[in-house]
Amino acid sequence: MTEEQIIGQSVPRKEGRDKVTGAARYIDDMTMPGMLYGATVRSQISRGTIKNIAFDPQFDWSEFAIVTAKDIPGKNCVALIGDDQPCLADGRVNHPEEPILLLAHSDPHFLRMAVDAVSIEYDRLPAIFTLEESEERSQIIWGTDNTFKTFLIAKGDVDQIWEKADYIVEGEYTTGAQEQLYIENNGVIASFHDQHGITVWGSLQCPYYVHKALMTLCNLPAEKVRVVQVETGGAFGGKEDYPSMIAAHAALLAIKSGQPVKIVYDRMEDMTATTKRHPSRTRHRTAVTKDGKILGGEIDFTIDGGAYSTLSSVVLSRGTIHAGGSYDWPSVRIRGKAVATNAPPHGAFRGFGAPQSLFAMERHMDRIAQVVGISPVEIRRRNFLKPGDRTTTEQTIREEIDLGKLLDRALVVSDYHAKKARFSRENEVGTIKKGVGIAAFLHGAGFTGSGERYLASVVGVEGCADGGMRVLVSSTEFGQGTNTVLCQIAAEALGLPYEDVRIAPADTKRVPNSGPTVASRTAMVVGSLVRSACLGIKQTLMASGMLPKSHSPEQLRAACKAYLAAHGELRSFARYEAPEGVFWDDQKYRGEAYACFAWAIYVAEVAVDLTTYRASVEDFVALQEIGRVLHPILAKGQIAGGVAQGIGFALYEKVAWKNGRMQNGQMTNYIMPTSADLPPIRVFFEEMGNVHGAYGAKGIGELPIDGPAPAIVNAIGDALGTHFASIPLLPEDIFEAVAADREQ
Amino acid sequence: MTDSSEHQGQCEISFTVNGEAKTVRVYAMERLLDVLRLELGLTGTKEGCGEGECGSCSVLMNGGLVNSCLIPALQAAGSNLTTIEGLAEGPQLSALQAAFLECGGAQCGICTPGMILASRQLLDKKTDPTLDDIREGLSGNLCRCTGYMQIFDAVAEAARRRNPA
Repeated sequence: MTEEQIIGQSVPRKEGRDKVTGAARYIDDMTMPGMLYGATVRSQISRGTIKNIAFDPQFDWSEFAIVTAKDIPGKNCVALIGDDQPCLADGRVNHPEEPILLLAHSDPHFLRMAVDAVSIEYDRLPAIFTLEESEERSQIIWGTDNTFKTFLIAKGDVDQIWEKADYIVEGEYTTGAQEQLYIENNGVIASFHDQHGITVWGSLQCPYYVHKALMTLCNLPAEKVRVVQVETGGAFGGKEDYPSMIAAHAALLAIKSGQPVKIVYDRMEDMTATTKRHPSRTRHRTAVTKDGKILGGEIDFTIDGGAYSTLSSVVLSRGTIHAGGSYDWPSVRIRGKAVATNAPPHGAFRGFGAPQSLFAMERHMDRIAQVVGISPVEIRRRNFLKPGDRTTTEQTIREEIDLGKLLDRALVVSDYHAKKARFSRENEVGTIKKGVGIAAFLHGAGFTGSGERYLASVVGVEGCADGGMRVLVSSTEFGQGTNTVLCQIAAEALGLPYEDVRIAPADTKRVPNSGPTVASRTAMVVGSLVRSACLGIKQTLMASGMLPKSHSPEQLRAACKAYLAAHGELRSFARYEAPEGVFWDDQKYRGEAYACFAWAIYVAEVAVDLTTYRASVEDFVALQEIGRVLHPILAKGQIAGGVAQGIGFALYEKVAWKNGRMQNGQMTNYIMPTSADLPPIRVFFEEMGNVHGAYGAKGIGELPIDGPAPAIVNAIGDALGTHFASIPLLPEDIFEAVAADREQ
Repeated sequence: MTDSSEHQGQCEISFTVNGEAKTVRVYAMERLLDVLRLELGLTGTKEGCGEGECGSCSVLMNGGLVNSCLIPALQAAGSNLTTIEGLAEGPQLSALQAAFLECGGAQCGICTPGMILASRQLLDKKTDPTLDDIREGLSGNLCRCTGYMQIFDAVAEAARRRNPA
C-alpha cells in the first residue's frame, strides 16, 4: 500500500537503551558544584492576607538564602496567558499551598526543618470551594464575577426544536479532579551568571513557556535566559505550566545566593501544590424524535479553575468544542464557563477538558437511548457525524470517516452482542453483576482554532560531521516517543537509515521554538515541519551540485560532509503555515476548530460485586482511527496508557478536598491502577487517509483518555440498571446509588 | 558492623553492590536509596514516592525485591545488592532489558529500573510465568505511562528467550 521504509516500523526508541540500563539522567540525578537545595514555604490557609512572617530565632538564618516577593527583579507573575498568578504571594493568599517564601541551603535535611521554622500569621478571609459557591458570588475572589472565561457556541435555531421533540431528555453529569501522577515529581536546577544570565535545567514539557516566564519574572532579554529540558519521567500535561513556577523559584534563589539551586518536590508537595484535571459539571437538555434522532439541545459545561486563570480558558475551549461529541446536532447551544475557587489552580492533563464534557455526552447518550427505548448501539448509529456534516462549530467533516463501520468492528472484536445476551441471563442470579458499555468519541488534533497560526512553530534540521542529520525542535520527549517519531519522519524524508538521524536536546539556546509539546500536535504538526525541513536540506545539497537528484544514503552523507567542509554549516528551517481556506472565528467560536479529528469506539466490560460494591473492568476494547500509524508499538503504548489513566479516572482516583486542600496527597491514599487492577486492554487501529500530518499521522496522545470513563460507567449502568452520573465511582458511591435506587 | 571510630552518629558499613565490595560511612537510619544514589552515584535507582508505594526505588537485596526508600542503611550491612546498573554485561543488555526496549516496556523510563528488577525477581522465581503471575508479580511497581500491557509483553518475551523451546 505504501512505499515508506521507516514510517510504520517499530524502530527502537531513541533514548530507550539509556532508560533500560539506568543510564538516563533525570533532574534529580544531576548535581552541580556548590549547589544548594531550595524549598518553598506555602500558605496554610485558603484565603486571607499575610500579617506577619516570623523566623524562629533558634535558627542561624544567615546560612540561608531567603527570597520573598520583594526580591523579584521583574514582574511578579507566572507569565502564560493572563498574568494574574503571582510567583510568590505578596501580602495576600488565594489558595492553600500558595508559595509565599523561598529558602535555600546546602543541607536538604536542615532545609526541611527550616521550612517548619517559618511561621506566617494571617488575617483570614471567607473562601469558596465549589462551582456552586463560585456561581452564587457570595464572595468575589477573582475579577468582578469569579468567572475566568465563557464561551458560547450557537448553531441553528435551538428555540424552535422543543415543540418538535417527541422526548426532551435532561441530565447533569460531574467529574472530579484527577492528579497526573507522573512517577517523577517536578524538579529543576537553576544557575545564575552575571554575564550569561539564567540557565534552568528541568523536568518539563514546554521549554519556551519557561523561557517566557523567566524573561518576565527576571526582566531579562531572551538571550540571557536558557532553558534545557532533561530526561523527563512522565508529564501528561502536569509539566506544561507548573515548571514555569518551580523554575522561577529556583531562579530567584540562584540569583539571591549566587549559587546553583536545585528544587525537587517530594510526592506530597507535588500532589497538594501542583495542578490537576479540572473538576466539571455538564448539564444536557436534548430534544429527540421517537426514532432517536437528535433535533438539538442545550449543553452547559462548567469547570472549576481554582484560584488563578492559568490554562483554564484553553481547557474550557477544548471541553466546550468537544461537548457535542461525535454526533450531528442540527441545532445546539453550548455554553462553557470556567470559574474561580480557592483551590490551587487546575491545569493541563491529557485530554484538556474533553474527557470531562465527553463523559457527560456519552453518559447522556445512554440516557437518551433508555428514554427512547432503543439500544445504546442504535442511538449512536442514528446520530453519528458523517462526511459532509457540520460539527457544533460548523466545521464540515471532510475526512472519509465511517463511524458506523468503526462501531460494527468494535462490536465484533469485543463480542458485544453475545456478552450482552449472556450477562442479562447470568445477572438474574448471584452477587456478581456484569455489563458492557460503549463510548463513541472524537478528539481534535493540534491547537484549537487559530492556535497553530499564532504559534507559527519553527523546526530545523542540520547536517552532522559524520554525514548524519540532527533534528532541532523544542518538542520534548517525556515517554510518548517524540524523539523516535520525529527521527523516523526525518529519516524517511531524507532517505537515510533511522540510525543516521538524531535529535538535539531541547535547549532554547540550540533549538528553535517548535511550540509546546501539548494538544496531540507533535507527530502531526511538528512532524510535518520536520519533513519540510528535511526536504529543504536535500534541495540545498542538490542546488549546490553536491548531491545528484537520484542518490543513495551514502551519497547523501558524503554530500553533507562536503557541504559542511565548504560552508561550515548545513541547516534548513521550516515554519508553520496555515492551510488555505481554513476559517475560524474567535469571536463567534465558529469554523474549523481543528485540522482534523481522531475517532474512536471503546467498549468496556465490567463486573460489579454486590458484596463489596467494587467494580472491576474485565475486558477493554479500544478501536480508533488515527490516520497513519507511524510506529505501531509506540501508538499501542499511548492508547493502553491512556486507557489505564481513564480507568483510574472512572473508578479509582478520588481527590479528597478539605477547604481547597488535597488531603490524600500520597500514593498510599490516592489510588492509581496497578498491574493487578487492569483488564486486558486490546488496542485496534483503523487506518484512513489524512492529508494534514506527516505521512498521514493525526494526533493520538490525548484521544485514549476520553473514552474509558463513559464506557465503563455505561457498563456499570448496564450491569446494575442504576443511573450513575458522576465520577470517580468508588465502591461507596456505587453502594449509595444502588441503595437510593432501591428506596424509590 | 558498626565502626568504633564513629562520629556524629555515622558508622561504617560494607556490602556488595553489583558484584563489587563497598564500604561507606552512613547514618544508621539513612535510606538505602540515598546511600546508593548519593554516596555511590548509582542514580539508576529512582525515588517516586518515598513511602514504599511506587516501587521505583526497587533493588534486589540478597535476591529479594525491596523498596530501597524503606530500608535503613544499617539493615543493608553485609548484604548482596543488585541495582539496574548491575544487569547488563558491558554493552550486552540482559534479556529483560532487551525485551523492555523492543516491546515498548519503557516509555518515560522513570519506573523502568524498578520494574525490570521486579521482573528479574519474578523470572528467578518462576521461569515460565503465566500472565496472572506477571500481573501479580509486578503489582508493587507503578507505571503511569504504559498501562502495563507492553511491560507484560516484555516479561513474557524475556521468559521465552530464557527458555528456548
